[in-house]
Amino acid sequence: MNYQVPNMLFALPEMVMLAMACVVLLFVAFTGNRKIQWSYGLSQLSLFAVLMTVIFSWGDTGTTFSATYIKDSLSDILKIAICLINMCVLLYSVEYLRARQLLQGEFYVLALFATLGMLIMVSANHFLTLYLGLELLSLCLYAMVAMHRDSVIATEAAMKYFILGAIASGMLLYGMSIIYGITGSLMLQEVAAAVYSSSSSDTILSFALVFIIIGIGFKFGAVPFHMWLPDVYHGAPTAITLFIAAAPKVAAFALLIRLLVDGLIDLQTYWQPMLMLMAVLSMIIGNVVAIAQTNIKRMLAYSTISHVGFLLMGVLSGTDAGYAASLFYTLIYALMTLATFGVILLMSRYGFEADNIDDYKGLSSQHPWLALLMMILMFSMAGIPPLAGFYAKLGVIKAVVDVDMMAVALIAVVMSVIGAFYYLRVIKVMYFDKTEEKCEFTYSGPAAFVLSINTLLVLALGIFPGLLMSICSTVFS
Amino acid sequence: MIVLSDYLILAAILFSLSLAGIFLNRKNIIILLMCIELMLLAVNLNFIAFSHFLGDPAGQVFVFFILTVAAAEAAIGLAILVVLFRNLSTINVSDLDRLKG
Repeated sequence: MNYQVPNMLFALPEMVMLAMACVVLLFVAFTGNRKIQWSYGLSQLSLFAVLMTVIFSWGDTGTTFSATYIKDSLSDILKIAICLINMCVLLYSVEYLRARQLLQGEFYVLALFATLGMLIMVSANHFLTLYLGLELLSLCLYAMVAMHRDSVIATEAAMKYFILGAIASGMLLYGMSIIYGITGSLMLQEVAAAVYSSSSSDTILSFALVFIIIGIGFKFGAVPFHMWLPDVYHGAPTAITLFIAAAPKVAAFALLIRLLVDGLIDLQTYWQPMLMLMAVLSMIIGNVVAIAQTNIKRMLAYSTISHVGFLLMGVLSGTDAGYAASLFYTLIYALMTLATFGVILLMSRYGFEADNIDDYKGLSSQHPWLALLMMILMFSMAGIPPLAGFYAKLGVIKAVVDVDMMAVALIAVVMSVIGAFYYLRVIKVMYFDKTEEKCEFTYSGPAAFVLSINTLLVLALGIFPGLLMSICSTVFS
Repeated sequence: MIVLSDYLILAAILFSLSLAGIFLNRKNIIILLMCIELMLLAVNLNFIAFSHFLGDPAGQVFVFFILTVAAAEAAIGLAILVVLFRNLSTINVSDLDRLKG
């Protein structure tokens, strides 16, 4: 049996990430929390180093490690997004965590290992690599939610997240095991080829597909597998909520594309209606239940559920343009979520969580710039032109209209109108409600600066969406 | 002679038992953790049976990884349970009601 030395260069970002995560781990172990600024700097540096390795190897494509690992344009663009998002997350969360004595080395170590899991997930070309990346990510997230040890709601959220996440992994694995039994392979391309050539065992394949879809639905938080999402968003410290809300959704998009499009594209007649049901239910439940929320983190959780519905809509169309629209939606969603939680983090301070919508009363008179940023974000999430959220919604709706699913498109439009209500309510509270109590806090420094750029990027991408859209469509062509 | 379908039926029964255990159990979180382990073991049985009957070792390699991950998962689950018990002084599932999901 001949042994080929694998092409390590294709996995360079992951190797850099692993090495740097271990360095940060050792650094934290030896210095404790005395030099937390250095741990922070090292974490940012490692994310930046990974970003650079991805950017400099842009365009090379191929598989390595006996084809269990793939580097293509999808993995490149998602890795760049994940690194940038996590750099912003670390920057935004410093002050919040410091005020709550949560700024510990563990946070950075877990964040880096979770990032490693995401990177592995987007590059996986084999059921095993996909599973290992997913678990590395999930295990880190469970621990991060429970990091605030004295908070009852944080530990309760962690327990719920852990149990439902473990069920999801179990479901996904059960589906994978049956597909392995039918196709005799764990490699995504070989699975696709085997599914293509065998038409007799479609019933069993669709049985396995159900489990895989349930697993994916849990990881995304699509209705009816969304129960964990509002609780985790609400219970976890806001900085951790931001971490969970942004980059893992990008990685989950990779999970969806790798499994359903790369692996099981020939079962499209089966997965299309399942995704459609999940998308429609997510849009309806997400938008309607969000109206009743008074806690802004819970409201954003339900808004996430509805965004997941929109995101699935592009994939279920089954066309390259649809996948590209979904990719665009995912990236824009991550950008908007990042900035929205960034505003919440900036307003939260020692002994005060800005997590009720009423806390935003009269924000415009005291901090007009912050209120303006929040207004841009809320308008963008509601999908009002000329902001980026509008083009994202337009793209996915166009994708389903192109394959003659008028009913789905109609529901999407109606639901985004209903959804506009609760986004506009936040704007109304900020601009038109008066309050006696002064919300005294100051914001400055790099976090506020990057937050402004981040929000203005939402505006800029709304006015000039062409570049990002064309990148997204070259990924799937 | 034990055939493939026997193993698959056993695995399916174990999997259903674990699911039923998770959703019907209202008493104890440790039982939930046990059910999660059982679920992964049912999947392992599936993989080993397929691997044996296909004559392909990849499935058995997968099982080793699942076992390792399951150990890590149990460690994290029990750690969260300890923290939860310190805060709530109970491990009753129905007491997890501060957040209404």
